[in-house]
Amino acid sequence: MKQAGIVIEMENGRVKETSLGMITLAGRTADSLTAMVMSGITDDIADHLSEYGVHTIVDLSLPDAPEIRRNPAVQATAVVHAARELELDRILGLSSPEGKDLLPRVAALLDAPLIMDCVDADLKTGTATTSQYSGKMMAKIQLTGKILMFGIRPNAVLPESKPVPAKTVAMTMDAVVPENISLQSWDEADTEGRQSLVEADIIIAGGRGLKNKKNFSLIFDCAEKLNAAPAASRVAVDEGWVPYAFQVGQTGEKVSPQVYIACGISGSIQHFAGMKTAKMIIAVNKDENTAMMANCDYQVQGDLFDILTEIMRQL
Amino acid sequence: MQIYVCVKHVPDSAANIHMIDDRNIDDSVPFLMNPYDEHAVTEAAAMKKQIPDSEIIAVCLGKKDAESTLRSALAMGADRGVLVETDDMCDSMTTARVLHAAIIRDGGADIILTGKESIDSEGMQTQFRIGALFDFPVVTNAASLEITKEKARVSCELAGGRTRTYELTLPCVIGAGRGLNTPIYPTFPDVVKSRKKPIETVARSQLDVSDAPGSAKIVSMAPLVQKRNPQKITGTPAEQAAEIIRILRQEAKVLS
Repeated sequence: MKQAGIVIEMENGRVKETSLGMITLAGRTADSLTAMVMSGITDDIADHLSEYGVHTIVDLSLPDAPEIRRNPAVQATAVVHAARELELDRILGLSSPEGKDLLPRVAALLDAPLIMDCVDADLKTGTATTSQYSGKMMAKIQLTGKILMFGIRPNAVLPESKPVPAKTVAMTMDAVVPENISLQSWDEADTEGRQSLVEADIIIAGGRGLKNKKNFSLIFDCAEKLNAAPAASRVAVDEGWVPYAFQVGQTGEKVSPQVYIACGISGSIQHFAGMKTAKMIIAVNKDENTAMMANCDYQVQGDLFDILTEIMRQL
Repeated sequence: MQIYVCVKHVPDSAANIHMIDDRNIDDSVPFLMNPYDEHAVTEAAAMKKQIPDSEIIAVCLGKKDAESTLRSALAMGADRGVLVETDDMCDSMTTARVLHAAIIRDGGADIILTGKESIDSEGMQTQFRIGALFDFPVVTNAASLEITKEKARVSCELAGGRTRTYELTLPCVIGAGRGLNTPIYPTFPDVVKSRKKPIETVARSQLDVSDAPGSAKIVSMAPLVQKRNPQKITGTPAEQAAEIIRILRQEAKVLS
């Protein structure tokens, strides 16, 4: 291995915590780390990245026009260009919503192997640890090829400070604007300022126990108080209480938050597949005899409406 | 329009997966069409209604018994099926090459639909690789799709209800998400009719597929069990709430 490149994601002008965690993970097995930034580099961003162990910071210098710079097909060509210029032989990015639309594009253009949603990666040996069978299995996967790519599950590793001197490199390229795909419109951010599900520290999820759509608003209210991301089980989605985007599970998002608070969720095998890598699980349920109550860290038996209302009152 | 739908034969999402050694699962569990691919087939059927002269071809790479997934696609509205038969586990680099070759051999596509990911290997990338091999544009996790003269307008879901809307020129590749539609549930007559629809079986070796310049191979796999020992939080709702808040602050340190 020569050079590992990391695609950095930003939020409100700052490097995402989950991107810093990815730098920490990469630094365990790579000697030299290059961060690829798409939004321009300020001193703050450069300091932040070097504090966590990045040696080289590259500005991918995307065009200013938002419909071009936000088009993942354009971003992919910029990453590919940087990978070739800098002779990167390992490329990492987050398996975040944006990453799922970017990393596979880069992998396809480079014709390089890619493993998404890695909870661990050894850049020296080219192995990745990821879930298979929708979270039911954990597999170690060997990649071979000239360039190996890893999509890292957000929050898989927490950031650790590891200051190194970093240099900033400007990349000059003429952005290739593809003619066959154009971005027409997009949401700047979650319109209600909610936390992104896969990147949240705390997730509070509701299931059948919420009983109806009106009650489900309690999950959203409580999430706001806790600065958590609201989520739902498949039942709550299928009943139409919440949109599909909030579903955690085998056919929803797979998440690894610091804390997962499951409210009125019995814990089907498909639901566990989406959240069992949470660092801590708190289960709130009337019924003690559910799979979730048996496979959690803290078991809170009682009326979830009373308990959540109390949490909100006490905060 | 020639509409190709790539489908995968995967273990039922409700099945418990067991290992027979440290690399392979016990494949005696029920296998079905990958859930996201059901949305792709359903969308293809809707497209055919809108553009009458269309043909829907379901393509699958898999073992002989993957034919049942193609049969499901036929019952849901595909006109015919192509099974590229292999006993090997293929990574996405190889799978994309094979599907690309199978579609070219069959005649070529105006649009290719896939699921956004498979629920077994969770690669999330085959659609992009197929697109790159054809040099077709690709979007994934599509939640709405509108075909107008030579163009596809597609809204794709990010997370938390956010979307991005793209315009693609045809031919293109679209990875279906769950928000796209409600999968067709075939009626009994549909199932009967589908038995008469043709499925062509092609051996992988019959296709002209170049070797991929890289690979991804499982070296070991084990059930993901995380043994947790639940501690009870008891008391009145107020006491339980106070203890949860204390845990979030002091143990998990996620709350200020």
